[in-house]
Amino acid sequence: MPELVPNHGAPIAVAMSGGVDSSTVAALLVRQGKSVVGLTMQLWNQRRLPDLAPHAPTGRCCSIEDVYDARRVAEQIGIPYYVVNFEEQFEERVVKPFVSEYLAGRTPIPCTLCNNYIKFDRFLEMADAVGARQVATGHYARVRYDDASGRYQLLRAVDPAKDQTYFLFGLTQPQLARTLFPLGEMAKPAVRELARTFNLAVAEKSDSQEICFVPNGDYAAFLSAYMKETGVEPPHTRGPIVSSDGRTLGEHQGVHHFTVGQRRGLGLATGEPLYVIRTDPATQRVTVGGNEELLCGKFVARDVNWISIAAPEGPVAATVKIRNKHQAAPATLHPAAEPGCVEVVFAEPQRAVTPGQGAVFYDGDLVLGGGWIE
Amino acid sequence: MQHSYFDHNATTPVAPEVLETLISCLDQVYGNASSIHHFGQAAKRRLEAARRQVAALIHADSSEVVFTCGGTEADNLAVLGAVRSAPGPPQAATKHVVTSAIEHPAVLSACAQLEREGVAVTRVKVGSAGVVNPDDVRAALRPETVLISVMHANNELGTIQPIVEIGRIAREAAVPLHVDGVQALGKIPVDVTALGADLYSMSGHKLCAPKGVGALYVRKGTRLAPLAFGGHQERERRPGTENVPGAVALGAAAELAGRILAAESERLAGLRDRFENTVLGRISGARINGARWSRVPNTSNLQFDGVDGEALVIALDLRGFAVSTGAACSSGAIAPSHVLTAIGLDADRARASMRFSLGRANTAAEVDGLAAALEASVAHLRRISVSVHA
Repeated sequence: MPELVPNHGAPIAVAMSGGVDSSTVAALLVRQGKSVVGLTMQLWNQRRLPDLAPHAPTGRCCSIEDVYDARRVAEQIGIPYYVVNFEEQFEERVVKPFVSEYLAGRTPIPCTLCNNYIKFDRFLEMADAVGARQVATGHYARVRYDDASGRYQLLRAVDPAKDQTYFLFGLTQPQLARTLFPLGEMAKPAVRELARTFNLAVAEKSDSQEICFVPNGDYAAFLSAYMKETGVEPPHTRGPIVSSDGRTLGEHQGVHHFTVGQRRGLGLATGEPLYVIRTDPATQRVTVGGNEELLCGKFVARDVNWISIAAPEGPVAATVKIRNKHQAAPATLHPAAEPGCVEVVFAEPQRAVTPGQGAVFYDGDLVLGGGWIE
Repeated sequence: MQHSYFDHNATTPVAPEVLETLISCLDQVYGNASSIHHFGQAAKRRLEAARRQVAALIHADSSEVVFTCGGTEADNLAVLGAVRSAPGPPQAATKHVVTSAIEHPAVLSACAQLEREGVAVTRVKVGSAGVVNPDDVRAALRPETVLISVMHANNELGTIQPIVEIGRIAREAAVPLHVDGVQALGKIPVDVTALGADLYSMSGHKLCAPKGVGALYVRKGTRLAPLAFGGHQERERRPGTENVPGAVALGAAAELAGRILAAESERLAGLRDRFENTVLGRISGARINGARWSRVPNTSNLQFDGVDGEALVIALDLRGFAVSTGAACSSGAIAPSHVLTAIGLDADRARASMRFSLGRANTAAEVDGLAAALEASVAHLRRISVSVHA
């Protein structure tokens, strides 16, 4: 392949969101003498759903301000910079599944889908197109090649508060082989300090939070606005709230408003605190109960992707994380008869195992793999 | 790295002669053209001389030229100003506008604004040639039609629209005709009377003048409501202290364009054909979008089977060649083109399309370099798309 950027070797494509992390990655690679091309992925038009616009704060992912910031950083560090439009793929592979998962009574994680199908798939194709073999992102995680197994391994970031491996469990060996996570070895304050050293205009910019296309984390409002715009009517919108022993306690406006473990917003006046235990989209029934009823000792993960080890034949001891803020808990992984499925049996029952969320398997810092909670 | 510019439909470099005039004007002519005194009179003289230069390029009278801040303002002033000043039809019927599906967003968005104000709009479709059929315009007319707006040349395809025929239809129906001439001016001869245009939009920076200046031709007797208020300038059509240096630059650019038009359009057509023949001969699965034989001489819109145009623009830029996929949105990302959709391209074919637009500085050597880079980039992209989807 011909050299596209002369005198610097094959460039590295950096996914630049306009935030402090990816900006620092780009600046760091330039400082290390690498040839860098900055690319910002335009994923979602934040002005698309006018019903949500009054709440849409500025500085969200894919806002014009973020693109402006990314462009400014690219200009400052002197790299070629382009905005690439992946809105169609993002809607198809991330937003639509997000909506249908909620309507099916599950609690999806769009960030993982975005990593699997956009940031480490479509983006890699674009990197290929511009002649970049490697890509770098601002994710907090580590990749290393293990000679013994011949596999690329994924490891937690050294900063446990920022570790993002929970969202990266779908990455395949070919994807990891081309990926750099330069921030995996750094703590967030050190990254900010580095951004200040580089004099980056975004050094003091606040961290992005929550789901980039859902303003203020109000996913129910997003679902309503999106369904209205696309003309999709949820099949039923009302149903009973029942206790686990079958008593009807109240009414609700649709199962997609509820997540397992949720306590607020049930609209029930009862003595003891009640939590959502499960939701059933077919009957639109929301079952509630006490905290102890949320405990669950085992579950099945489907579509499991093995990263740092090959698919095991027998049981494997691991710690398992069932949502981003969950403390990984000791468990045994039993390969199930059904292909791609693993039965996870916890040493101690865990609270609120939520269908649709990811289950990520660790051995210490090593990410063994992960799948979707059935 | 040498960078070659092949995006003149997006904007042009300021011509050296224009730059010289502009700088001397900025340096020496600072009076307010509305002032009574010596300084004001000097500015006014320059302004009116510029107006005559612009008028001469389109064969109009200088009193019919209104300076604006650019093509978008000229389009908005024409469309909104003509419709809002038109007398309302009887029996509370709504006013009606006929335009085409391939207009520039400056016209389409102004029409959308009129719709929000209660005006009905018909957007005449085009076929794969990217040329409006005058019969469709005639068929779209209603008794309450108050404006026809069709562009002279399309910005993405370069296709020239049958304005003379549409002008005849407009005159027969006694409906004013607006022509967005931004992409035609300086590329093909323009005679507003022969065209039958009542309003004709022009942009400075597409004509080797700077950004921030444009003009609207307003035929004598054409009703036009202003968009802004606050002064008597430009015959009360466009209030605000006149941008004399901008107007003077546009005037100089118009004079220069008129002087070199015949020779330059022949030269550009030769370069464009050389480029297209090379590309069509050397790259398989390449074809021309829009009518090949009815285009302004500098524009070539090509599609390459199975290639992502967005990736191709970036790959070519990294090789030193600036081209475009079409309309770019505010964030700088590349949005699907309404023009390519209008000529019947599906999403994949629209995405595989690129616009090459030549200008005065381009040489045969540059064009050959572009064709070679294009051949290599298309081959590279096709190779990786095979390996990705294998």
